[in-house]
Formats: sequence, C-alpha cells, structure tokens
Amino acid sequence: MLKRVLHALVTLCIVIVIVFVLLRQMPIEGYFNNFDKLSDAQIKVGLQQLGLTDPLPKQVLNYFVQLLHGDLGTSNKYREGYSIAKIIAQKAPVSIQIGLISFAVSLAAGLPLGILMARSTRTRLKVWDKIGTVLIVVVQAVPSAVYHLLIQLYGSELLGVSMLFNTRSAATWILPIFSLSIGNIAYYAMWLRRYMVDEANKDYIRLARAKGVPAARISRNHVFRNAIVPLVQYIPNSILFTLMGSLYVESLYSIPGMGGLLVQVIKLQDNTMVQALVLIYAAVSVLGLLFGDLLMALVDPRISFTAKEGAR
Amino acid sequence: MTFRSMKAAQLEAALNEDLKKQTDPTAAYADLPEEELFTPADFDHSRAERGGYSNYSYWGATLRAFFKNKVAVFFLCVIVVVVAFTFIQPLLPGQHDPKTINNDPATGVQIINRAPDSEFWFGTNSIGQDLWARTWAGTRTSLGIGLAVACFEALFGTFIGVLWGYVRKLDTFFTELYNIFDNVPQTLVLILVSYIMNPGVGTIIFALCLTGWLGMARFIRNQIVIIRDRDYNLASRCLGTTTGRIVTKNLLPYLVSVIALRMSLAIPAAIGNEVFVTYIGIGLPTDIPSLGNLVQAGRLLMSQPSLRYQLLFPTAVLALITISLYVVGNAFADAADPKNHV
Repeated sequence: MLKRVLHALVTLCIVIVIVFVLLRQMPIEGYFNNFDKLSDAQIKVGLQQLGLTDPLPKQVLNYFVQLLHGDLGTSNKYREGYSIAKIIAQKAPVSIQIGLISFAVSLAAGLPLGILMARSTRTRLKVWDKIGTVLIVVVQAVPSAVYHLLIQLYGSELLGVSMLFNTRSAATWILPIFSLSIGNIAYYAMWLRRYMVDEANKDYIRLARAKGVPAARISRNHVFRNAIVPLVQYIPNSILFTLMGSLYVESLYSIPGMGGLLVQVIKLQDNTMVQALVLIYAAVSVLGLLFGDLLMALVDPRISFTAKEGAR
Repeated sequence: MTFRSMKAAQLEAALNEDLKKQTDPTAAYADLPEEELFTPADFDHSRAERGGYSNYSYWGATLRAFFKNKVAVFFLCVIVVVVAFTFIQPLLPGQHDPKTINNDPATGVQIINRAPDSEFWFGTNSIGQDLWARTWAGTRTSLGIGLAVACFEALFGTFIGVLWGYVRKLDTFFTELYNIFDNVPQTLVLILVSYIMNPGVGTIIFALCLTGWLGMARFIRNQIVIIRDRDYNLASRCLGTTTGRIVTKNLLPYLVSVIALRMSLAIPAAIGNEVFVTYIGIGLPTDIPSLGNLVQAGRLLMSQPSLRYQLLFPTAVLALITISLYVVGNAFADAADPKNHV
C-alpha cells in the first residue's frame, strides 16, 4: 500500500519536471502581456525577474520550492499579475460540483442499464440488450468532440434551454451533465453487462436456478453482488473520462470552470497558466488512479499490494 | 364389423409381427436397404500408414467467421466505398477544388453560405468554398493521419512489447516506465505537444504517436509473457533457433489479429483527437481541409438553423467512418479468436 502511494508521488514529481522542461521550449512571448512594445533590454530584465535565465535544473528546483509553498505562480495574460492559485480557487468549485453530479448520474444510469441488458440476454428478443449495444457502440465509436456538439445542438432545442451555461438557472445544468455522463454510462453498462453475463453462467447460479430460486433474487443477491466488484477498477478511469471530457464540455457551454479555463489560456498563450493547469490535471489523474487501486484493495480482500503484481 | 373389432384385429396383427421379429433377430432389419447395414471392413495397409490431416486454415476460418456477421460485412463495404470514394472524388467530372473560393460568374460576388443545391451538393461555406469537395478532402487528411498513427502504434508498440515481454532483464525497467507514463492522460500530452510545436499535420501525428503505443506495448507484452515459455517455444530454443526467428515465426503470428484490431480502433481515436485539438485552437491550420477543421467551422455557425448543414455533413461522414471502423474491428477480433472457429 505504502509502495503504491510512493509510486504515485514519484510519478507526480517526474510529470512536473517533464511538463516544466517542455514548457521552457515555448516562445517567450507567452510570458509578457505586451511583448511587441517591449525593447530587448526590457525583455531581458523581465525574464530575469521571472527566473527564466537561470540554468534549467535550478529553475526546476525553484519551481518545486515554490509549489511546496502552495504558490502556482502568477498569470501573465489571462489576468495580468493575478495569483493563479486565486483564479483556480474561484473556478474549481463549479468544476467539482459538475464532476461529482455527473459521476453520480453515470452510476445511477449506467448500473441499471447494465443490469437490464444482462437480464434481457436471457429473454428471446433481447430488446434491452440490443438498444444498449447500439448506445455503447455509438458512444464508443463516435469521437466525443462530435457527440458533445450534437447533444448541445439538439438538446438545447429539444428542452428549449439556452446553449450556454448559467450557474443560477438549473435547466442549463442538464445538458453539460448529460454530456459528461454519457461516456461513463456506456462504459459502466458495458462492463457490468459483461461481468453479470459471465457470473450468470457459473455453476452455482445454475444450481440456484435449478433449485427454483426466483430469477430476481438470483440476479440481486448473487449475480449483481459479484459482478460489481471488478467494476470498482473502472472508477478511476471514469474520473479521467470526466476530467478530460470537462475540458471540452466546459468550454463548449462556457462553464466558468477549470476545463474551460485551460482551453481559454491555451488560446491566449499564457504559459504560466497552462503550466499550472496541466499540472493540476495531471495531479488529479495520478491521484485518481491511486485512489482506484486503493479502493480495489478495500472492496476485495483478495487483492493486496504486498504481493507481486503478476498481471501488470 | 364394428370399428372396435376392426381395431382389435389390427392390433393383434401388429403384435404378432413384433413377436416374430423378437424370435428371429434377422427379421428385425430384413426390410432395411442394403447400404444401411454394417459390413465388415477390409484392412488397408496404405491407410494404416497415413498421418493425421486437417484442412483447417487459420485465415480461412477467420474470414468465414467474419463473413457470417452480416452487420460487420455491411460496415466493411461502407469503409471500402468511402475510402475508395475519397480518392475517386477529385477525378470525377464537374468537381470544385476544395480550396478555391467560388465567385458568381454573373456578378463576381463570392457565393457564401449557399444551401445544398445541384451545383454545390453540400452547399458552400462562409467564404464560398465548395463543402462537398472540402468534406472529401478533409476525410482524406483525417484518414491519412489516423492511418499514420495506427501504423506507428502497431510497429513501435509491437517492437517495445516484444522487448518488454521477451527480454527478462528489461521487464522491470519497462514496467516502471509504463507505470509512470500511463498515469499521464493522453489528452494532456496531446494538448501540451500541440501547444509547444507549430500546428500542422506532422505535429498532430507526432503528438498522437507519443502516447498511443503504450497500450499496444502493454498488451503485446502480456501476451508474449503468456506464450513465450510454452513447450513449442522451449523446444525451438533447445534446438537453437535464434531469438529473432522465434519472435517472428512463433510469437508474432499468434498476435496478428489483435494488432489488426488495435489498429482499426486507433484510426477513429486519432480522428476524434484531431477534432478535439482543432477545437481548442491548436490543431491543423485552417487552410488544410480536415474533418476537425470542418466540424470546427460548422460549429461556429450552428446557432443559425439555416446554416446547420455545414456542421451536419462533415459530422455525418465522420460518424459513419468511425462507427464502421469500430464495428468491423470488433467483429474481426471476434472472428480471429480460434475459440469461435468450429
């Protein structure tokens, strides 16, 4: 367990170094708001003030010290001179709220869909299974950038709500949350169905059926409970889905969150902001994967991190 | 005679018949034709020497299983037609150039935002370029990007996967490396690389290649670890077969179907990512028609219902290609699994 946590920390440090070094290759315009009007001497002084003329290892070290003080740097273009930590503190709550709601929605919709599909494989027409499979194929195959767009276009028309997000109007929350959830809904439904069908073919289930245990009870008490365990493995993945989806969805609906912010500062070429936000996203995903692994060990006592991981 | 007595006589006759058959065993099959009876076989020396033989061929069985799946065959036809058409389209008579801005011959004014008609089949865009030609040119660009990425992923991923799985000394090194890089979301790498480098086809291909091979390498590695110490490979090694030959002749043929599946899924993913980075504004330059650029241009106009065709046509082509590749890829993987060959 401790080894896994250490691993995550090491990974995080390496990611920070890589991102930092890569972003040093950027054109220096990204560090000044009014680059064109500055003289060469002014630029030199500016770079020196930012510590960008130091040798690279020293810069990396300084950055780590800065990070440990909880300082993410200051914005150059988005809001000149503003502390990035402050900007993010303003933006993060919206993203977190939407992310959590969408996570709940995808569980609440994906699991029942998976159960329905698994059950209908036993019926003759397999109606639900077919409907669900079409949904899964479409969601998995069509690029998310495209279906998010179509959801926004036709969803807003269908529901008669604005295409843009408004914190105060509850109706405008529906579409972004739906957009963010749909990928995870398909994901959960697909895997839950597979695990349930596998489980339902096992001998002890056949015995229970032969004994005359009602189908609903078998499904609820035996099949579902065993099938849900490996699904925990997919929770970190779905966190990543939501995070990356939020980059696109947030800027599509003009949601004042962090995902939209990253897209915005990329367009503005604000180097320090890009750096800070990429790091935050990387950190969240590293932590998400760590959290998923730990959760697995909690849910299933057979899994532990002291033994050698054979399957990796 | 009553009906009952008639039935009784019939029954008696049948019982007598059965009784006769029981007492005389040969009578039981006396009325069977000759060829249904057992006859003693001759002993044939040449047949006793013949070795076992089955006309099972892996690819034959795979193709047969694949063509049984009607939905997959339909989508395969769609792919073939679309890919062929992207190359045929510029050669057809009466086509517009995808980059030319069309002017009205009478007035000399640009034909902007013309709805689809007989001259411009998909209409024109906001600066008067023919959307039909642009859609197919864009499909060409995007498919090219997807194919390049998929090929790189297959080659490099397989190479690293084989090293990782077959060379025991490298196992820990690659596993640690994988655990680090797998933690970084692909989208972030894509954004970062596209942000740092100049926008262009090369940049996008490079950014997508940078991360795509990870999954492939890991998959190949796991498969190789499973099969590398099977008896036939052990025998090969004992007989002094070189490592290169074991890898290319014993291990890789086993994995061809999986590699093909991952390639077919990498193409839609690459196209999707291209659309995404173009949306963020760090994708291809706008003068190169690509599906990403077309979707992005259409998106800007989508609030006006009369101009929505500019979004819907490229989107429809895009969705058609990606869904087809996905379905065909999965059907092929199922067909390539020997467990499904009967």
